Amino acid sequence: MIRFEPRTRASLGLVVGARLAALGAAFLLAAIPLAVAGAPVGRAFLLILQGAGGTLFALTETLTRATPLIFTGLAAAVAFRARLFNIGAEGQLYAGALAAVAAGSGAIDAPAGILVPAVLGAAALAGAALMLVPTLLKARLGVDEVVTTLLLNFVVLLFIQMMLEGPFKDPMGGGWPQSEPVLDAAILPPLVERMRLHAGLLIGVAACLVAHVVVARTVFGLQVRAVGENANAAAYAGIPILRTMLLVGALSGALAGLAGASEVAGLKGYLTADLSRGFGYAGIVVAMVAGLQPLAVIPAAILVAGVFVGADTMSRTMGVSNYIADLIVALSLLCVLVGGLFVRFRVRFA
Amino acid sequence: MSPSPLVLRIDAVTKRFGALVANDAISLDLRRGEILALLGENGAGKTTLMNILFGHYVADEGTIEVADGDGGLRPLPPGSPGAALAAGVGMVHQHFALAESLTVLENVVLGTRTAWSPSLRLSEARAKLARLMEESGLSVDPGRRVGALTVGERQRVEILKVLYRGARILVLDEPTAVLTPGEAEGLFAVLRRLVSAGLSIVFISHKLGEVTAIADRVAVLRGGRKVADQSVAGASRAELAALMVGREVAPSRRMPRAPGAPLLVLEGVSVPGPGARPGLDAVSFSVREGEIVGVAGVSGNGQGALAALVAGTGPRPRGTATIDGRPLGATPRAVMRAGVGRIPEDRHHEGVVGSLDVAENLVLETLDSPEVHRLGFLRRRVIEERARAAIQAYDIRCPGPEAPIRLLSGGNIQKVILARVLDRDPRLVLANQPTRGLDVGAAGAVHRRLLEARERGTGVLLISEDLDELLSVCDRIGVMVRGRLTAPEPVEGLTLERLGLLMAGSGEERAA
Amino acid sequence: MDAVLDILLSASFWAAAIRIATPLMFGVLGALICERAGVLNLGIEGIFTAGAMAGWLAVHLGADLWTGVLVAALVGAALGLILALLTVPLGLSQHVTGIGVTLLATSLAYFIYRVALPNVSSPPRIQPFAPLAIPGLSDLPFIGPALFQQTPLTFLALALFALAAFVLYRTPLGLGLRAVGENPAAVESAGLDVHALRIGAVVAGSAIMALGGAFLTMSAFNAFFFEMTGGRGWICIALTVFASWRPGKALIGALLFGAFDAFQLRLQHAVGGAVPSQVFLMLPYLLSIAALCTVARRADYPKALMMPYLKGQR
Repeated sequence: MIRFEPRTRASLGLVVGARLAALGAAFLLAAIPLAVAGAPVGRAFLLILQGAGGTLFALTETLTRATPLIFTGLAAAVAFRARLFNIGAEGQLYAGALAAVAAGSGAIDAPAGILVPAVLGAAALAGAALMLVPTLLKARLGVDEVVTTLLLNFVVLLFIQMMLEGPFKDPMGGGWPQSEPVLDAAILPPLVERMRLHAGLLIGVAACLVAHVVVARTVFGLQVRAVGENANAAAYAGIPILRTMLLVGALSGALAGLAGASEVAGLKGYLTADLSRGFGYAGIVVAMVAGLQPLAVIPAAILVAGVFVGADTMSRTMGVSNYIADLIVALSLLCVLVGGLFVRFRVRFA
Repeated sequence: MSPSPLVLRIDAVTKRFGALVANDAISLDLRRGEILALLGENGAGKTTLMNILFGHYVADEGTIEVADGDGGLRPLPPGSPGAALAAGVGMVHQHFALAESLTVLENVVLGTRTAWSPSLRLSEARAKLARLMEESGLSVDPGRRVGALTVGERQRVEILKVLYRGARILVLDEPTAVLTPGEAEGLFAVLRRLVSAGLSIVFISHKLGEVTAIADRVAVLRGGRKVADQSVAGASRAELAALMVGREVAPSRRMPRAPGAPLLVLEGVSVPGPGARPGLDAVSFSVREGEIVGVAGVSGNGQGALAALVAGTGPRPRGTATIDGRPLGATPRAVMRAGVGRIPEDRHHEGVVGSLDVAENLVLETLDSPEVHRLGFLRRRVIEERARAAIQAYDIRCPGPEAPIRLLSGGNIQKVILARVLDRDPRLVLANQPTRGLDVGAAGAVHRRLLEARERGTGVLLISEDLDELLSVCDRIGVMVRGRLTAPEPVEGLTLERLGLLMAGSGEERAA
Repeated sequence: MDAVLDILLSASFWAAAIRIATPLMFGVLGALICERAGVLNLGIEGIFTAGAMAGWLAVHLGADLWTGVLVAALVGAALGLILALLTVPLGLSQHVTGIGVTLLATSLAYFIYRVALPNVSSPPRIQPFAPLAIPGLSDLPFIGPALFQQTPLTFLALALFALAAFVLYRTPLGLGLRAVGENPAAVESAGLDVHALRIGAVVAGSAIMALGGAFLTMSAFNAFFFEMTGGRGWICIALTVFASWRPGKALIGALLFGAFDAFQLRLQHAVGGAVPSQVFLMLPYLLSIAALCTVARRADYPKALMMPYLKGQR
């Protein structure tokens, strides 16, 4: 029988140690399918490591991939803090990307100083609006937001396909379902010469800093934590539950929407229906690995991005499927969940 | 007459939770046909001991033996309710263990047939249950869903569950807490009948009166130790009380004080109840400045609706409810602005947010005040300073303002809530079951604070199931029965018997 | 209007409706069993994918069809065991763990598919289940073609519904399951093992879910594609709420859903290109959300759903 005794205090070392041990366990577990697939495990992991950070190019690629994950990870972390399980970052990302294209590809003709904020603002608004629906359904009708946000992901993706085959289709796109490119003035500038890394990363990092201050230092942050931990007590104390939930939902959706704008305006330049490679879902893993701490989202996103980028390199070299990256990331989520138990409780085996 | 044979022997059982020793080498015997009272304050270790007997917990040290069918004592395998049931031990928990969406019959047969058997044999079970009801005098409709039963009926189902399994030892944990005095009498009659048929009973209680009324023998627990084990016949109540508390308890003294102007006034207030439960039915009464008005009654008679109304968490009522002549609001913020301080019934569920620290919980109700924030940013230093002051003033035992509140004991959490409520100088305090689950020391501190508030001219509305508490601190007491409140009567003319009659619904005179 | 009536009165429409409903029948029954015991199984979408891949791969590698079905069920059971161990004795968040199991099962299925077939461009096909024609019955007008042109897996789903209803309402095991989703304390004080009941329910429910996936590759499409489950798992979770956690209502809900889907497919054909196809494809998801909203307020959900039970804790 297993017994859990709540810990009175968990040191930072324990928190970080448990997190790292969990990630280590995830890699160890992922070694099993790798070995079964016939790959030399040690070399495969080494290749992943090199592919993720071995060269300047690899490093910038990892940071480029981390950029949308910072946004979606923060979107999940903020919402989960208030026990609002937003699993719809994938859909909100696309909604944001569509809004970014709508605002940035000619509808507004303005210099970059105006157009870039307009594009980002449009994307944030679109993501927020999309997340308000499940938040309202949860707050007003008690409908589980996990199921509604998941289902909306499919609806949004179909809507995007419809738009890309219809009004948003680029007449110069050679028949491919893709949008017109955004104007040059809407493009987020690159950070490193001749690399794909762009200013979206800085916006993401800034968002994490702001979120950290809001959660830890403001009345609103305290309200969010109170509502998330014990909504009954928060309501009894007169904290406006509905308003707090709607604000958190809108913020979370807006952050996921920014991920879409950042990908369109920073990386791709136009919208396709395969813009996101599961960034919305990976964001959940990022948030959990970060322990829902806004500042920890940054390293967590870089780590998860590194796994994906490194696995691509490894896959090209060794011919082992790059789905191993998805596998490692999924295992990380489960292992971090279990690791969290050791932080909250002293686990005794009787 | 030789003593009847032993049916249960608990030998030197010790149980620790972290640093807390809940049971310290407790030994206990139970004989056939005997009612043994386990007397002690909240937190004395009574329930822990019985949970070990029943296999919910595993003891760190010590053994338990139970007599088998032939009368020989056999060791009971630890940590298995199934083994305890098989050995003939049945337990009625204070919080009933019933599945509300299932019928009475389904709850009774749950776990009595091996899981892989292809049939429930419900008709057979129904016949056996009918026979048991006949024999024991406990009756309840076997086809009804448990969710639709009253508390008293649910308790009967719990006892029937135990009898259905042919238990030889019945453990009752605070069984009268949810009953009117009249219903408790009925329960005692059933218990005497069961004992004369050969059952042995362990009766957990912290009420002296009922222990002397029902038990043959009493074992007193204090701070996890057994401090007495004696026949009830020779014991005096004062002696038992001293054993239980371990010191002289000075009762809270209520100084005479003339009440002031009416503060909270309800006239013909009606609120629909949640589901099938009663809400409020044309309730009229008032609380004046500097007086404590008590609301007695068995829980579930509308006290929840009354508390929600005054706390601002309930629906908008019909009739008029005013405070200081102005309408009482319908949101927590509105009633707090009107000067109401609220002590919720369930402090863990509604009172505090466990992961927030003591300082944050103290300001939870005043987040919009300029003392707490500047431009939306928390004034952490001011907040912590205030927390330190409250910790000092209210004797809150905790590591400091930054300790997560879930680490505090129930009594200390209640002190945090008291500090939060009283430091705002409320006009009226709503105290809903403020001492439930607290030990005598912590309960005394709560009473002292409420009486001090009364001295300052604050009105107090005290909702409680503990009649002794009401009689000792209130100026006037009304009784809630099925959503109605009798006109509060001055405590000087009230007795336990009179309150009992009113609670049973025989005082039909209505509040003016 | 006549066109609509024509569709609804054709046997082929109802045959399609039942075919579309079959994976949902497995999924909703599996979800119902888990949730009746108090565990929300959001691993369902991944278990669908893993079941689809595992069953198909077994047959592709030479096993017979029923062995493939068994393999799918075992894979589902194993994934269910992971979810159950994390959420029941360890009491971890059922929401997050479920998403984690879906991510794990999906990526594992894709990885194994890629490892087993590194260099294929078009997915290889297998010989799927043939319709189970029953002499006499299959020749009945209307009912014959609608019902008896289904494959054996459809009948397996119907049989499992009957079995589940019997077990839930007529046996001690079912009583224990219903009670453990309602109040685990009642189950423990009745001497039953709360964790064993819940783990067992999740493992069994997950095995049944996986059969829904297996139906896709072994009866409907004959091959495995990426993202072929298309959110069917989430739809099943919504249907379970819609059905108030009752097997009979769940079966009707799945059939209604299948009928609706078959109808929109035919309508899509009928209107040609006038309305973008995506509008029709969105409908099942929107319908699921609408179904959730209609029942949300009066949903009589198992009281202990998503409440972990940790024994001997205080």
